[in-house]
Amino acid sequence: MRDSPAFARQFTSVSHRDESAELGMWVFIATEVLLFGGLLLAYFVYRHAYPQGFATGSRHTEIVIGTANTAILLTSSFLVAWAVEIFSAETRRLTAGLLAGAICLGLAFIVLKGIEYHGEYEEHLVPGIDFRFTGSLANGVQLFFIFYFIATAIHALHMIIGIGLLAVLALLCRNAPSTRHRAGLHSAALYWHFVDIVWIFLFALIYLPGRSIT
Amino acid sequence: MTQSRPSLPLVAAWLGLLGLLALTVTMAYVPLGAANAVVAIGIGITKAALVAAIFMELRHRDALTLLFAGAGLFWLGILLWLGLMDFLTRT
Repeated sequence: MRDSPAFARQFTSVSHRDESAELGMWVFIATEVLLFGGLLLAYFVYRHAYPQGFATGSRHTEIVIGTANTAILLTSSFLVAWAVEIFSAETRRLTAGLLAGAICLGLAFIVLKGIEYHGEYEEHLVPGIDFRFTGSLANGVQLFFIFYFIATAIHALHMIIGIGLLAVLALLCRNAPSTRHRAGLHSAALYWHFVDIVWIFLFALIYLPGRSIT
Repeated sequence: MTQSRPSLPLVAAWLGLLGLLALTVTMAYVPLGAANAVVAIGIGITKAALVAAIFMELRHRDALTLLFAGAGLFWLGILLWLGLMDFLTRT
């Protein structure tokens, strides 16, 4: 594996550089945890205040698309973890292929999300644009869908950034894999897995409540 | 020979995550009352732990990295704990 000419002067070795990059990525992820944490806090406060409204709102989401998207993201994370694990000059084509597979799954997630958004627009469930849910639960349902759209849109934005990162790294790794690229891929992979974890919780909070009520 | 297949823990984690997904969707349709939410969030935490330990390689990391990775959860805990205390205890 070709090594980059030098590490920056603040580091004493390549492994020092790579460990610093990993810790830096975890600090960034901590700020992201708190970004989504604020949304989670708002969700729990309003779910506590409007339990039936949230259960009803949840039943209006597409659980088939939500479940498919969860499986898609979990599989894309698996492909990225696999690519990190086998990264080397000899396996660069396979590494790039695995990353391309993860990118395709990420794009499939975005497309399915778009189909879901369109369905909700058709059902008049988009607060602020076209929301026509009437009855005693309307306030709670509206709050649920405000959370739903804000949380899933911020998550989708993270997905699009992650797809861009993986695409750049797939090209770099394919052409000239170095230890710098391995460190870069490792950081991008941490980000991708984090976005996956956020979705795991969004799925549990958005799609699953209220399903057992008949 | 260069390794090109995924390691066993990676494959096991992936299949385990898909299995937990099937379990959590199935359990969502079983009437358990308030326990439905506990089951959904509990399985979510298990899935997140699998991703963190195996995909994010935290099981191979030293205490310093675990400290950095845990810092976000620590502050999230304070945010949710202090933020929800008033709403959950007010009658």
